[in-house]
Amino acid sequence: MNSQYNSSVKDFLIDEVLRDFTNNSKDPHLLEQISVLRNEKISEPVIYVGAGTCGLGAGAAKTLKSVRKYIEEKDIKARVIETGCIGLCAVEPIMDVQIPGYNRVSFQNVTEDKVDEVLDAVFQLEVPEKFVLGQFDQSDTRKWDGVRFLKDHPFFAPQKRLVLKNCGIIDPVDIKEYIARGGYKSYIKAINVHSPSDICDIIEKSGLRGRGGGGFPTGLKWKFANREESDQKYLICNADEGDPGAFMDRAVIEGDPHRLIEGMAIGAYAIGATKAYIYIRAEYPLAIERLESAIEEAREYGLVGEDIFGTGVDFDIRIKKGAGAFVCGEETALMHSIEGKRGMPRPRPPFPTTRGLFGKPSVINNVETFANVSEILLNGADWFASTGTEKSKGTKVFALSGKIALTGLVEIPMGTTVREVIFDIAGGILNNRKFKAVQIGGPSGGCITEENLDIQIDYDSLINVGAMMGSGGLVVMDEDTCMVDVAKFFMGFIQRESCGKCIPCREGTKRLLEILESITSKPDAANTEALDRFKGVMQIEKLSQVIKDTSLCGLGQTAPNPVLSTHKLFRDEYEAHLYDRQCPAGVCQNLKVYKIDVDKCTGCTVCIRKCPVDAIIGSKKSPHFIVEDKCIGCGACYEACKFDAIEVV
Amino acid sequence: MEKNRESGVVMETKVREILDRYPEGRTENLIPVLQDIQETDGYLSEESVLEVSRHLKMPASKIYGVATFYNQFRFAPLGKYHVQICCGTACHVLGASTVLEEIEKNIGVKSGETTKDGLFSMEVVACIGACGLAPVISINGNFHAKVTGESIKEILDNYRNQE
Ligand SMILES: Cc1cc2nc3c(=O)[nH]c(=O)nc-3n(C[C@H](O)[C@H](O)[C@H](O)COP(=O)(O)O)c2cc1C
Ligand code: SF4
Ligand code: SF4
Ligand code: SF4
Ligand code: FES
Repeated sequence: MNSQYNSSVKDFLIDEVLRDFTNNSKDPHLLEQISVLRNEKISEPVIYVGAGTCGLGAGAAKTLKSVRKYIEEKDIKARVIETGCIGLCAVEPIMDVQIPGYNRVSFQNVTEDKVDEVLDAVFQLEVPEKFVLGQFDQSDTRKWDGVRFLKDHPFFAPQKRLVLKNCGIIDPVDIKEYIARGGYKSYIKAINVHSPSDICDIIEKSGLRGRGGGGFPTGLKWKFANREESDQKYLICNADEGDPGAFMDRAVIEGDPHRLIEGMAIGAYAIGATKAYIYIRAEYPLAIERLESAIEEAREYGLVGEDIFGTGVDFDIRIKKGAGAFVCGEETALMHSIEGKRGMPRPRPPFPTTRGLFGKPSVINNVETFANVSEILLNGADWFASTGTEKSKGTKVFALSGKIALTGLVEIPMGTTVREVIFDIAGGILNNRKFKAVQIGGPSGGCITEENLDIQIDYDSLINVGAMMGSGGLVVMDEDTCMVDVAKFFMGFIQRESCGKCIPCREGTKRLLEILESITSKPDAANTEALDRFKGVMQIEKLSQVIKDTSLCGLGQTAPNPVLSTHKLFRDEYEAHLYDRQCPAGVCQNLKVYKIDVDKCTGCTVCIRKCPVDAIIGSKKSPHFIVEDKCIGCGACYEACKFDAIEVV
Repeated sequence: MEKNRESGVVMETKVREILDRYPEGRTENLIPVLQDIQETDGYLSEESVLEVSRHLKMPASKIYGVATFYNQFRFAPLGKYHVQICCGTACHVLGASTVLEEIEKNIGVKSGETTKDGLFSMEVVACIGACGLAPVISINGNFHAKVTGESIKEILDNYRNQE
């Protein structure tokens, strides 16, 4: 019966919704069917649980189990839907409840043990205040008294959600709901009424720029490929998301995979490609699973495959799993990796639009770039361009993490200030500590400090202050973060990930890392290395310039940025490490000196047994002593001492 | 010795099955083939690499060249519980290095190694995409969020106690 229902819905969606792309029908019967598929008009309760990677990490699987048990035990006829992530990672697991006749309402921190409490209340038409996030704004159903709308929540109010529109709201692996919400209409319209070059024009006019970091105008890139003559062209989606601290591409794929597929289908048509690849990191198993299932559904609906909707357009799509190499996010390396080779970049030109995958003209774009496309075609280039700044149009999704109150995903109009994002949307710094900096752009980016918090976020203004958009990871740091340590972290990352092809990148970043290690490592007794340390720090800028100027690919060209940025903005911290041999934030372990207070020490010998390097001497019942030269600053003794006799100075 | 040979035979049939899914034997299939083998075996054994070499008509040295380039591939068997600890930016800032130290101390091996009893293996990874819940670790694909040097002991003990 179910399959019969599904196939009649399928016919309805294909014949009356998709094929009828120009006609915005007012037929009440049709509108009602659509609102049923959108889960706006429901006949039995629906319970939604945010089950993206982040939700599952917070315990959503257990929440789901409790929900299913609850409805079974109480014999309630209700549907349970697993959605993607709505963006508020900090308060997951998130559960929404919708009962017939009422607005859908969203609850936070619903761990398995809280499910009964929340559901009991809602089924008695009460909204437990402790958990409520907000209610949806629906037109035909009853409002819950005294409950704010979700869109008025301070986290959501300043956002403008195009790319994340459906994330956390719809069932990601139900194509019916995506179509009922306007999905695939742009694609069917595009292949029926627009020529490929029309599409390139519209995208160019919208001002959409690549969201993968470079910010290259997407329409222009498509035009280059469109103009190439070739028996085969390829379209590639870069879902490698290598910046550690960025997770927006994962969230889009897990929460709304059809949006990506539709954007890619339109892109492929615009450049004349019939084959497409999605290169996605293997570390995202859930995203891969949802993509696979979404592609399968799209195939069943005739939206992927041959002769789509009788237009003669072919479009096939394949998933390629990455194998864990940051450099494979670089476009030429990525293509080598798809070809089964070592993922090493090559010089450009020729650009991929001329000679790309398997030597054929290819366009490569980021997930978020593609996710904007259907919305632009649906609403027009001017509509899209009306949001944002002069040179950066539309919105950008940012992944907020680090020492921030509300971690998660936000989508804001370009031109929003960094301060608004961190303090208004995300609630400021964790535990009311003092803000120090926000790192933006990952291993290629830089830091923004208090002084520049009011800059408007767009591609150019970020570069002006020594940072860059990158993929949109914002890692917030507070007074307890050591900036030298952060620089060292990024250099260590780059060192491991450099493909080794060019000497400045391979060896130069190694030298940079050594310099940072020398100033954070334990002072030697004779202080013989002091001179090397000074020399090293003096060379940071020169060495960085050489690496930037002489590296082949973006990885090397931007590798010194985190060091340069912190060195410029936090010179005092570098100096404290260098001259005073101290870490002001108390992070660099090797610079900590542990001492035993002879008055407090009872001589219990616990610390001796804990010390991994035998740096503590002393006999039972008499005060102990730490041999500074031997101590590696691990802190084991400090944690072990029950008499507070060990102090850090 | 005897036992080894036997497990070699079993492995080969599995590798064959995987290779049969890629009948064309094109270079393009190398990475997916290696990924599939690793998914079933947990690592790339010498025998399976040789088998792939014959199938794709590609020297084994070249296959190792590709496999070693990527962080994903392992050449030693995994433990029963595979602990992945994220050392991405967000996790680092929130104290992943303390967690890492604690794990190393607790199970007694470093990244890329497996304990002698085969119970645990450990691997440092760069971001598993749950930065909002940092620091994050994943054990056999199950995420544990906001771990600390303290909580990790309990988590590992829970797995130990399942034995
Ligand atoms: C080292 C390096 C890593 C990169 N990683 C990514 C990535 O993970 N995701 C991405 O979309 N682009 C990444 N890029 C940028 C791509 O090379 C390419 O510019 C981008 O995918 C183009 O898409 P867009 O125009 O839609 O931004 C990286 C570039 C470099 C140099
Ligand atoms: S700059 Fe670095 S990563 Fe890029 S090609 Fe050269 S060595 Fe490889
Ligand atoms: S553990 Fe504390 S009290 Fe005991 S010997 Fe060490 S310093 Fe003294
Ligand atoms: S800090 Fe570590 S190395 Fe130093 S004395 Fe204490 S236990 Fe030993
Ligand atoms: S940095 Fe650890 S999950 Fe992203």
